[in-house]
Amino acid sequence: MVMAHVMPARRRLPAFRHLATLLGALIVGAALLVAIFAPYLVPHDPFAQDLNLRLVPPVWMEGSLPAHLLGTDQIGRDYLSRLIYGLRISLLIGVLTVITSGLIGITLGIIGGFYGGRTDDVVMFVITCRLSIPLILVALTVVALVGSSLAVVILTLGLLLWDRFAVVARTTTMQVRNLDYIAAAQAAGASRLHILLREVLPNIANHLVVVATLEMALAILLEAALSFLGLGVPPPLPSWGLMIAEAKEYMFFSPWVIMTPGISLFVLVLGINLLGDGLRDLLGADLRR
Amino acid sequence: MTLFVLRRLWLAALVCLTVLVVSFILTRLSGDLAASIAGPNATAADIAIITKNYGLDRPLVVQFLDWAGHAAEGDLGRSFLYHAPVWGLIRDRLPVTLTLGLTGLAIALLVALPLGIMAAVREGSAIDRGIMMVALLGQAMPGFWFGLVMIVLLGLELQWLPISGVETWQGYIMPGIVLAFSAIPALMRLTRSGMIDALAADYIRTARAKGLSRANIILKHALRNAAMPVVSIAAVQLGFMLGGSVVIESVFALPGVGYLAWESITKNDFPVVQAVVLFLAVIYIVLTLLADMMNALLDPRLRG
Repeated sequence: MVMAHVMPARRRLPAFRHLATLLGALIVGAALLVAIFAPYLVPHDPFAQDLNLRLVPPVWMEGSLPAHLLGTDQIGRDYLSRLIYGLRISLLIGVLTVITSGLIGITLGIIGGFYGGRTDDVVMFVITCRLSIPLILVALTVVALVGSSLAVVILTLGLLLWDRFAVVARTTTMQVRNLDYIAAAQAAGASRLHILLREVLPNIANHLVVVATLEMALAILLEAALSFLGLGVPPPLPSWGLMIAEAKEYMFFSPWVIMTPGISLFVLVLGINLLGDGLRDLLGADLRR
Repeated sequence: MTLFVLRRLWLAALVCLTVLVVSFILTRLSGDLAASIAGPNATAADIAIITKNYGLDRPLVVQFLDWAGHAAEGDLGRSFLYHAPVWGLIRDRLPVTLTLGLTGLAIALLVALPLGIMAAVREGSAIDRGIMMVALLGQAMPGFWFGLVMIVLLGLELQWLPISGVETWQGYIMPGIVLAFSAIPALMRLTRSGMIDALAADYIRTARAKGLSRANIILKHALRNAAMPVVSIAAVQLGFMLGGSVVIESVFALPGVGYLAWESITKNDFPVVQAVVLFLAVIYIVLTLLADMMNALLDPRLRG
């Protein structure tokens, strides 16, 4: 009975879910390719200004220029090029934040879940404390005090977003720690570290992968919000949140300026979430009772 | 029950204390607080005066105990910017933030509960899939951007709602919807899974066998059992929403606690930042405490 929870059983997916997962994989895959090959794909230098060509509208609107498919921003920088480099920033922040927060959260969760008792009480207490700290407010404060840079944003988010990793790692470790193969490893004289890293971790990895997608999506949204408030990625870097903030003054006259970065953000996060949802089914990592 | 309550209270107090320490450490991150307060154009003499006046030359532990001691008595310090007690600043702005948070929660529940129930009753159907898709879309929506789009669309193009401020109650509608969006996916998923579990239980079969109507079974028997986790998550979500008010209040220029916090952060008004972090944390702790107690009252198995 317990095994059913632990063994990732491949289930047959209904056609619709399959399609949704494929769409998610497609979006994330395409995003990765675009981000990696960004320097070869951009039609213009994303930082080059042309004050004679300010706020040129995108191709589907009147007055557009074929050289600037998605138009230009308030100081004449090519919007498409900035969006492509913005994707790089979003993905970079997503991936590095998840690595940082994953390391913290998984370590805490596995230790609490495996040892139980007092150790677990301490882990639970740390998780409760983290949850009661207002996330955005603290992130804004840290960036304001330390100074805004890509590294500061990644570290701040990484140090804050580990709670779900810890909660899931803890619960799933509790489910596997009493299973036979752990006892077998113990009997075979394996060290504690070996058991945690080689026996427990691989068997809860399917759940952690799903958490990683959720947290990556959250990190990308949070970075955009921080940059939008002016306390995230510093200009002139083309973070999508920052692009929306810079375009905000012009949105009443030309609403498209906030549309393209906003929709890009929405599609990327949706793609990551769709992929995560699909992985949850494929890997049998459904934690709901 | 008494032992359970005492244990929870003790834990809550410990969490409060930890947050107190964290929010103190937070404002010392910049290295030289006096230089930050003085601003970029300050001379060395200015900084020295500020260091002396704010007692920043004392050992950190002394500074912390001094601040924490006053905070425990309800004195959260004075704002550098407004030259007024911080607590008064927060109190004046609290009604806006609370109204916003409660509006958001109400909208979220009004959307999430019916949709969650509908999805559970028709589990696996096209309706269920459609509703779960809505949850995914909501989860991917950047709140601040959604707010801007609504301002352009509903405020400017259609002129249905005011684009900022809270002079009238309509001012709360758009920010309330944006805030609700952040809570709807979680609430909806939980209602759905709770209802699916409840509908599969033996007492539902009994109710069916007794010949009760479908509406009666779903709303009276199943929902009552599925609602418990939803209530506790709703309390937690309200806490998150109040925290998220920083972003929403800046987008809609609402004069609430979140806006105060953002303004204070950008203007180096540290006593206010410290106090708002502490205040929001305490609200969250109290909300989760209440949710725990309510659950324990409703379900004796949880009191262990």
